Amino acid sequence: MAATIKKRQLGREVSIVGAGMSQFGAFKGKTSRDLFVEAFQDMNEHLDQGVDVEDIECGYIGNYSSDLFEGQGHTAPIMADWLGMTPAPVTRIENACASSGSAMREGIMAIASGLYDIVLVGGVEKMTDLPTEGVTDVLASAADGLYEVPAGLTFPGIYGALAKAHMDRFETNLSHLLKVGIKNHNNGALNPKAQFNTTIRGMMERRIARSEQRGEPVPDWKDEMDFLNDPSANPWIAWPLRLYDCAPITDGAACVLLVASEIADSFTDKPVQVVGTGQATGRPLHDAEELTSLSAAKYAAAQAYQMAGIGPQDIQVAEVHDCFTIAEIIATEDLGFFAPGEGPHAVDQGRTALNGDRPINTSGGLKAKGHPVGASGVAQIIEVFHQLRGEAGDRQLPNSNLEVGLAHNVGGTGGTCVVNILRRS
Amino acid sequence: MADDSRAFNAASFYEYLKEGQLMGVHCRACDKLSAEPRSMCPSCHSRDVEWHRFSGQGQLGTFTCISVVPDVMARQGYGRNNPYCSGIVMLEEGPRISAKILGVDAANPQDIPTGMALAADFDEVDPEAPALAFRPV
Repeated sequence: MAATIKKRQLGREVSIVGAGMSQFGAFKGKTSRDLFVEAFQDMNEHLDQGVDVEDIECGYIGNYSSDLFEGQGHTAPIMADWLGMTPAPVTRIENACASSGSAMREGIMAIASGLYDIVLVGGVEKMTDLPTEGVTDVLASAADGLYEVPAGLTFPGIYGALAKAHMDRFETNLSHLLKVGIKNHNNGALNPKAQFNTTIRGMMERRIARSEQRGEPVPDWKDEMDFLNDPSANPWIAWPLRLYDCAPITDGAACVLLVASEIADSFTDKPVQVVGTGQATGRPLHDAEELTSLSAAKYAAAQAYQMAGIGPQDIQVAEVHDCFTIAEIIATEDLGFFAPGEGPHAVDQGRTALNGDRPINTSGGLKAKGHPVGASGVAQIIEVFHQLRGEAGDRQLPNSNLEVGLAHNVGGTGGTCVVNILRRS
Repeated sequence: MADDSRAFNAASFYEYLKEGQLMGVHCRACDKLSAEPRSMCPSCHSRDVEWHRFSGQGQLGTFTCISVVPDVMARQGYGRNNPYCSGIVMLEEGPRISAKILGVDAANPQDIPTGMALAADFDEVDPEAPALAFRPV
């Protein structure tokens, strides 16, 4: 890496005291504001002492493109109005799929600066009003509209090119990609908030049952790999990526309450402290430092590790930005969990599974939990928060000494990356 | 060689493309090349840049074959049953650039070799929506 990483520290300690999210899925008739209110109510119902909306001093809300998805700009004041939060200042943060990871950093810095003690950070996206082609065009607008899009590159297309480069340079193959999806759906099956609260085998069995009911020819898939290798079940999107390599199109919202650590105990007995935060930018893939990694992720991670005074070996649970299966493999390498080229082998060996030594995306990740782009960054924080507090239900990691977790949120194809590290207080 | 009165921007890039030239910029201060015209060098931040004509020769760095296509490609007949190839081309002068890859079988991507020699194809530049394309030499 070219740039040296300066060690930075927050002006004062910041903690997360509450977290909530809407159901993730496709909800006809629900708009961003409905989803955001749902997330806020979920947070407040689970916040040990609750919070009076009047006490929230400020808000940062990640949202990629309500303008294009819903025809609604200037999103943040509408969210504030629907929470009854006016006149407290709220600001929309847009950094593509890293919008709410970036909002999280703004909230952290607002408290660390001493300006505010109680800040709401959230994210929201309502995507399913548009047909798939429309969503493809909106997501492509996160790429370089002058030099990438005219070349025919779509958002899955650029990740497909990254995947091909990774396959050329290392031993990565199509099965490794599919196994990331199987693993994340196994986790998502244990997450009641997930858009796909089912395993890939479960989806396969449902399709077989439906064919039987309708008296149609019954597919003879032997197992989920067989299912995923059938182009009629898992069509190509942008070779080498297929449908089940891509995160879905999702409606959803998520929010957390950040407070100055010195007042955290008036909200909860179990605050989770922000001990490291980093953010960096990167260039389009054709100008990237390498074709097999996202440099912004490496810089953001280095900043966050420096601030926390720890390294990748100390991270016990991580949510990483698996907008595509290859993105998870590259993320685990960029974050230093595995050496370059080792990511696919770690998936093969089950090391990133719920019972592995490096559990990744216990929530189901963007792949199974769903990817309402502007909400995903905060939803990742929420999973780490729940895991560290022992509140992750059926997907709770067995490690009773769970203390440190990380969230890695990417915008576009690495134009933005935010890494936050949390520690149980 | 180049008309230095043109602005260093995308409009000029695509104007040159329609004229059959792949034009980027050379930084006189640090000697770096950029395939995308810019008025400020991203490496040394100098504004002392000049037009540089690229040969149009390069290698296929990486690529994808796209089946779920944007509207603009659907209007050209591409789609689930007719994917197209896009990739990253490593120009022989050093910089990389994104481009359409023509003359390959996008339905059989496993047979498309990365590293193969490519040359810019100016013949099929659509005057309404100019885009950079390469094909195998």
